[in-house]
Amino acid sequence: MGGSTNQPSPAPAPAPAPAPSAPAPNVDTGESMFSSLSLKNMKLKTKQQEVLIRVSILGLVYILAFITRLFSVLRYESMIHEFDPYFNYRTTLYLTEKGFYEFWNWFDSESWYPLGRIIGGTLYPGLMVTASLIYWTLRFLRFAVHIREVCVLTAPFFASNTTIVAYFFGKEIWDSGAGLVAAALIAICPGYISRSVAGSYDNEGVAIFALVLTFYLFVKAVNTGSLSWSLASAFGYFYMVSAWGGYVFIINLIPLYVLVLLITGRFSMRLYIAYNCMYVLGSLLAMQIQFVGFQHVQSGEHMAAMGVFFLMQVVYFLGWVKHLLRDTKLFQFFLRFTVTCSIGVGALALGAGMASGYISPWTGRFYSLLDPTYAKDFIPIIASVSEHQPTAWSSFMFDFHILLILFPAGLYFCFKKLSDTTIFIVMYGLTSMYFASVMVRLILVATPAMCLISAIAVSATIKNLTSLIRTKSRSLLSGSGKTSGSTKGSSKNSLDQSPPFGKNVAIALLVGAFYLLSRYAIHCTWVTSEAYSSPSIVLAARGANGGRVIFDDYREAYFWLRQNTPPDAKVMSWWDYGYQITAMGNRTVIVDNNTWNNTHIATVGRAMASEEDEAYEIMRSLDVDYVLVVFGGVTGYSSDDINKFLWMVRIGGGVYPVIKEPDYLVNGEYRIDQGAAPKMLNSLMYKLCYYRFGELTTEYGKPPGYDRARGVEIGNKDVQLEHLEEAFTTSNWIVRIYKVKPPSNRPKVIKPPRNRL
Amino acid sequence: MEKMGFRFILFVLAISFLSTPVISELILSKVERKIDLTSQIVRISSSLKVENAGPNVVSEVLLAFPDFQVKKMAHMAVSLVEGKGKSKGSSINLPAQVVHPDGMPPALTLYSVSLPRGLSKGESLTLDVFTVYTHSLQPFPEEITQADIQLVVYQDSAYFLSPYEVKFQSLNVKLPSSRVESFTKLEKSKLVESELKYGPYEGLPPFSYSPVVVHYENNRPFAVAQELVREIEISHWGNVQVTEHYKIAHGGALNKGGFSRLDYQARPQVRGVSSFRRLIAKLPRGAHSIYYRDEIGNISTSHVWGDSKKTVLEIEPRFPIFGGWRTAFTIGYGLPLEDFLFVSEGKRFLNFSYGSPMEDLVVDNLILKVVLPEGSKDISVSVPFGVKQQEEVKYSNLDIVGRPVVLLEKTNVVPEHNQYFQVYYRFNSLSLLMEPLMLICGFLFFFITCIAYMHADFSISKSSASYLAKLQLDEVQATIQQFQGIMNRCLAVHDKLDASLRDLSRTGDVQACKAVRKLSINLLKDLSKDMKPLLIFLQSSPQAARIWPKVEELVGKEKEMEEKVMLKHSIVVEGYEKKSGGREIENRVAPHQQKLTSLKQEVDDLLEIIDEFC
Repeated sequence: MGGSTNQPSPAPAPAPAPAPSAPAPNVDTGESMFSSLSLKNMKLKTKQQEVLIRVSILGLVYILAFITRLFSVLRYESMIHEFDPYFNYRTTLYLTEKGFYEFWNWFDSESWYPLGRIIGGTLYPGLMVTASLIYWTLRFLRFAVHIREVCVLTAPFFASNTTIVAYFFGKEIWDSGAGLVAAALIAICPGYISRSVAGSYDNEGVAIFALVLTFYLFVKAVNTGSLSWSLASAFGYFYMVSAWGGYVFIINLIPLYVLVLLITGRFSMRLYIAYNCMYVLGSLLAMQIQFVGFQHVQSGEHMAAMGVFFLMQVVYFLGWVKHLLRDTKLFQFFLRFTVTCSIGVGALALGAGMASGYISPWTGRFYSLLDPTYAKDFIPIIASVSEHQPTAWSSFMFDFHILLILFPAGLYFCFKKLSDTTIFIVMYGLTSMYFASVMVRLILVATPAMCLISAIAVSATIKNLTSLIRTKSRSLLSGSGKTSGSTKGSSKNSLDQSPPFGKNVAIALLVGAFYLLSRYAIHCTWVTSEAYSSPSIVLAARGANGGRVIFDDYREAYFWLRQNTPPDAKVMSWWDYGYQITAMGNRTVIVDNNTWNNTHIATVGRAMASEEDEAYEIMRSLDVDYVLVVFGGVTGYSSDDINKFLWMVRIGGGVYPVIKEPDYLVNGEYRIDQGAAPKMLNSLMYKLCYYRFGELTTEYGKPPGYDRARGVEIGNKDVQLEHLEEAFTTSNWIVRIYKVKPPSNRPKVIKPPRNRL
Repeated sequence: MEKMGFRFILFVLAISFLSTPVISELILSKVERKIDLTSQIVRISSSLKVENAGPNVVSEVLLAFPDFQVKKMAHMAVSLVEGKGKSKGSSINLPAQVVHPDGMPPALTLYSVSLPRGLSKGESLTLDVFTVYTHSLQPFPEEITQADIQLVVYQDSAYFLSPYEVKFQSLNVKLPSSRVESFTKLEKSKLVESELKYGPYEGLPPFSYSPVVVHYENNRPFAVAQELVREIEISHWGNVQVTEHYKIAHGGALNKGGFSRLDYQARPQVRGVSSFRRLIAKLPRGAHSIYYRDEIGNISTSHVWGDSKKTVLEIEPRFPIFGGWRTAFTIGYGLPLEDFLFVSEGKRFLNFSYGSPMEDLVVDNLILKVVLPEGSKDISVSVPFGVKQQEEVKYSNLDIVGRPVVLLEKTNVVPEHNQYFQVYYRFNSLSLLMEPLMLICGFLFFFITCIAYMHADFSISKSSASYLAKLQLDEVQATIQQFQGIMNRCLAVHDKLDASLRDLSRTGDVQACKAVRKLSINLLKDLSKDMKPLLIFLQSSPQAARIWPKVEELVGKEKEMEEKVMLKHSIVVEGYEKKSGGREIENRVAPHQQKLTSLKQEVDDLLEIIDEFC
């Protein structure tokens, strides 16, 4: 390297100057190689430098995506979050302990008592299998990890992988710059982080990876027309199907995309290969998942894909015929005939399938996507879930921040450079935006599209601006580069060639763009640390003296259940807590978050809404030993059972008309104080929540029995329980558990005479 | 209770019938017994003055215990007290073992204590017998509500049960408080404050027995660990990691009638007096990285404080423990290796305390696992009391053959078992490096695989069109890279010429400048000679068709630039030779310079375009 340091410096004396060039004439091996190496040192390596920079940026983004999701571990601990992840964790535990076949055939008698649940046939096993594979691999490599740690870190790990896929996707749609920006944007986008922080061990964690991967592979297949890529996309689709019910989005979006390409006259052999291979293989593979089964050929939601598949064959066939028949008139006739026939046959098949019940109609969830008001009117259980609510504008801003502004700009660039791939991303972006505005949770699906399209906007803008600046600065450089020999006139000349303010404006815009992007990074970090890192099992609040107060009541109660109740005890609670009770409390529950049986949930809702005597009968018939309620009146925790109570009434009333919502309202108003409806005051839920609450002073200067969550003094302070007794209440009263007493020895009912002669 | 009492009577009857044979001529001249009932553990310390009344030298003393006590006996220690009276200095521990001499009454277990030297006629000595019992306090009533106090019953004999005649004896029972529900009243029995006294009694024959029952209040925590697994893992990198898995239950009166948080919060001392909410563990000094968790996660209610001698860990279970309630948790901590690991005679040994660090905890079943580093050999264990010993293998991070585990199991463990035990083993320090080396090898292998993969050709069909095209493209790219190299060298020569002009303006050495020029011309000629085959190849190759025009253009521009540079050079040199003024030369050069600048720009652009092609 000594040569390279020597070379660029202008030699002070003439003597050393020829020295390096002196050996050049004898075109020898060593020296000339050396000097040529040192000479092209700067120039030739730009390519490699670029690769190096790109790889290191990707590496950093990969790490960033992982560590930004670890806020929850730092703030709280390495634990599983929320509700569904507990079920996933429990099943993963089962899978790692008992093996795959046991898992596949698992009949779980601990939930949905007395019905039970066939776990293997009613879940998407992708997540559990993935986590188990990671676990087994690590074990094989002799890393003594606990399965919980693997589960906690699965979502961040897959989020990191998603950034890599996003890079390749961006590269495929636009260029590698856009890919890098897309990777960076998606790494910290709150819309994605909300479902993939450490501990959020949910299907979505791996499913978004699978979704983006499938789309990328499909786009790649369409671009190249290669069988191997479309095969890969079929496998990506299979993984997606095994991981999340959101695969329906793929199997509807891709046909739609193909249809759009057909209509816009972009039908090509590449598309034909990509779609056919992906659809046929993907469907066959998807049928291997028990829970999905034959839905690809039997359910209404998948019919669009099949229709497009047949349409494609017809189009190809027509193309072939057109190729054979030179006569246009004949072809016109043939076209009309074929189209009528195929439409007729298709409609007939669909109609017959629907009528015979072979093809199932659309599910409620699907309907509610197309018609946001559908669930509210017909399926209260779907409407009751908070994440199924329509999205508010603020949460768009919260989850996307500047992407919301960049999205239209990106669309502009896409339309400007229209190709098969940009059409895809535009369609993905627009449809997912629609779904995101229908349901809060689907913001997640829209996030990759938002990031990709925004990345195009950012990358294209910055590229334009920098090229503007670079051309100017280079001419400036070369102008002033000729230091001593150059004249003032020449440098003036080179300056005069450029437009007067172009460069400054470009610089200003560039600074603005960087400002925006840095605001985005700050916003994302803030949102991640403040909003999306709470496990919601452990609640944290600021104490009076500014210290952090932790309410660990959920786990207190669940652990109490686990340790101090008989192992076969059945616990009745609202379905929200079902998964947690089975996973953490290890006790049988009546209903849980897998809301597959509406009647059963309605029965529980009815029991909660009935008076104690009536509820006791229901609980006896369900073999309930313990009743668990969540109550926030002492701490001011607002998502408790009293606030959910109306949904219980609604869902209960949906099946049992005895329960009527107006009975629990006073003039359409939901009240718990003196003026509350008598039915409300006597309902089991009310009694269980407020049992002996009337004796407690919760806040200074307020009468005893002051409910802090709702800010009122309760109406019934003297709650008496006849058939239940308080078994346990957590330290902040958030969870209260009651024991159902056995029937008294001398029942009021007269025994039928037994000794008959 | 009643059943128990009935059994006692039978038992006493049996003794009185059978107590005819006399074992030896020993006499207990004075027995002082103290029973400590203040906690859930019953501790009895008896001081026996043994006298040899017979003619023969006696070398062992028999101690008798009823079977029901032996079943609950956790610990027994017999020591010989040297010296007399106040100056009770050193004491020697004596071994005791179960014996079955003939003619003994049933339902009795006899321990034989062998004396260090025989006791000859008329001599006497003092023995201290210390026994510890667990689960000997029966809650009565068996179920209480949250607000009730916990009452327990304890039964024993007012007389010291012995195969020898006892001349003089007394019994003191220490109770936690003066609140006593009832006690068996005998002659010479009285309750003073929280102490119950029986005796002194004189001249009782062998096997005298008189059952007494005390029913009193005991609200001390009845914390019973039904199972405790302690795992001590040695790492020669400087750490001893201790992990303890507890399954704790409240062994007192069962809770009935539910649990009211309101009552408990309002007056925890009254409404919840029988419960306990915290446990205190005394850990060795230097304990660090302490954690406290259970199956479902971390438990945030714990405190640690420490000084140079010990570390105190106070943990609160998730909920207060009432009678019959259970909980389970794990605590773990690291300790500095040098405090516990020593070397003797080429062997290393771990010196560690056996029992649980928790205060006042009864452990029904303690499993202690000592995990030695991978590659330890010649393992031997020395424990001061009887344990069941097993060996296992544990696989931890990066283990191949696994770490040997010594498993020591014992039932009925009390704080008195917090004695040191030793595990001896041999370990080669070089084995320490194995795991880092393995990691290094793993990564090395990974990188080598990557490199091999990058260089390997995985195409299936070597003759397919696309494969050939790819090969050609590679060749074209390599050629273009060579071309770029030569081109850059040309440009460097131009720079050098420029530099020589600058030197000229500084030094005025025209000859040197000319020499440079000559050299440069030669160099450029050589370079263009080198370039020729490359250009021919590029022109002919179909893969280079796209880039060829640019290359051609670049070559043209370079030639033009070369000319200009030469021209400029000669003008300047000429100017100097003619000694014309600097300004004049500058004026003459200016148009060429302008042209050169724009040419340079174009060449740079072209180079960049070609660069992007690769």
